[in-house]
Amino acid sequence: MINKVVKNADEALKDVKDNMTLMLGGFGLCGIPENCIAALVKKGVKGLTCISNNAGVDDFGLGLLLQTKQIKKMISSYVGENAEFERQMLSGELEVDLIPQGTLATRCMAAGYGMPVIFTPAGVGTEIAQGKEVRKFKFNGVEKDYLMEHAFDSDFAIVKAWKGDTVGNLVYRSTARNFNPMMAMAGKITVAEVEHLVPAGELDPDHIHTPGIYVHRIFQGEKYEKRIEQRTVRKR
Amino acid sequence: MLDKNGIAKRIAREVKDGMYVNLGIGIPTLVANYIPEGINVELQSENGILGMGPFPFEGEEDADLINAGKQTVTLLNGSSIFDSATSFGMIRAQKVDLTILGAMEVSENGDIANWKIPGKMVKGMGGAMDLVASAKNIIVAMQQVNKAGESKLLPKCSLPLTGVHCIKKVVTELGVYDILPEGGFKLLERAPGISIEQIKKATAGKLIIEGDIPEMSL
Repeated sequence: MINKVVKNADEALKDVKDNMTLMLGGFGLCGIPENCIAALVKKGVKGLTCISNNAGVDDFGLGLLLQTKQIKKMISSYVGENAEFERQMLSGELEVDLIPQGTLATRCMAAGYGMPVIFTPAGVGTEIAQGKEVRKFKFNGVEKDYLMEHAFDSDFAIVKAWKGDTVGNLVYRSTARNFNPMMAMAGKITVAEVEHLVPAGELDPDHIHTPGIYVHRIFQGEKYEKRIEQRTVRKR
Repeated sequence: MLDKNGIAKRIAREVKDGMYVNLGIGIPTLVANYIPEGINVELQSENGILGMGPFPFEGEEDADLINAGKQTVTLLNGSSIFDSATSFGMIRAQKVDLTILGAMEVSENGDIANWKIPGKMVKGMGGAMDLVASAKNIIVAMQQVNKAGESKLLPKCSLPLTGVHCIKKVVTELGVYDILPEGGFKLLERAPGISIEQIKKATAGKLIIEGDIPEMSL
């Protein structure tokens, strides 16, 4: 049986080099690969292009890689929660490509599905359409304009799952799923960190979210802080 | 003049039984608090939930379960969880019946701007561009006048656009408007105590007033 298990984040990311493009799963701080981000900070690789929906907060998530100025360019849909990000972007230190969230997800998916481009109506008539091919299609009985967007090309996809097995099958939990399955499919090398690593055969094949074929390296994270960005509650 | 909760309360009356509804961040989130008894809807959160419930009880927060505003939430019976591509797939395919979102500016031809103030605020569009490009039924919840007293219902948006010709209804602290296909804000209702004169002063875009305009009932 194929065995994808590596010891830890350091081993999983051993060949990440300066100026590479990385995809990182998560929505806000939910479902982010905490152990891999910590390992990238420790490793000190620089000039990274990071594709991730958000950029963490100042002292957690991708915010940690921004503090150390290891990121050259961010490709995200929303960055509102991070003062250091906004500062680096407005001062021009950090290159930022803001793209619609659905476009981001679908460009990841296209990479994993082996499709070079997608057409989406998101952003037609706005500044993000500048320089992009626009085509008219009739769909659901309505003709309208669609923007052509390319599948992402990334050196590594780094995702976080709840459970994984030794052959790389992944199961996510609740909304920590978000971009992780799309990105897992889209990396030239996909690294998955999981809260629980189990022997092959223990996960129900009917319940697998990401088939192991997409995952190259898997390990159980040492610890998970799982920080909550906005703790909202109601009284009993 | 309506406060944020008043705007949310008025919009809640647009929500009909059996709808799948996406609520944006800010005033739209408050709409969930005012959906009348007996109206059964499922709330969609674009990070991957259908059937989103209220905030959890204290001590029951789950870091893995948040809404698109990154707030801890709960799931109702019959809910489902899915990935981001599926989430925007159902939005693009118009499976979501109603989208309610905020705006910085709306123009008389239905353009909306809500993601960027060049040189000042650049938070990103999140899912807004996808939502406005595809949704068949969008209601904008917004303040009609900014802090400097300037109207945000304009002939043409001055800020970078989120989408074009997509907004059909706007609810503000002053009134309810339809945006006509040929252009213009058609006043449907006045907020309690608000005069036509006040509304005229607060609307920079083409305002259409036909006949007596009723005061809204909340």
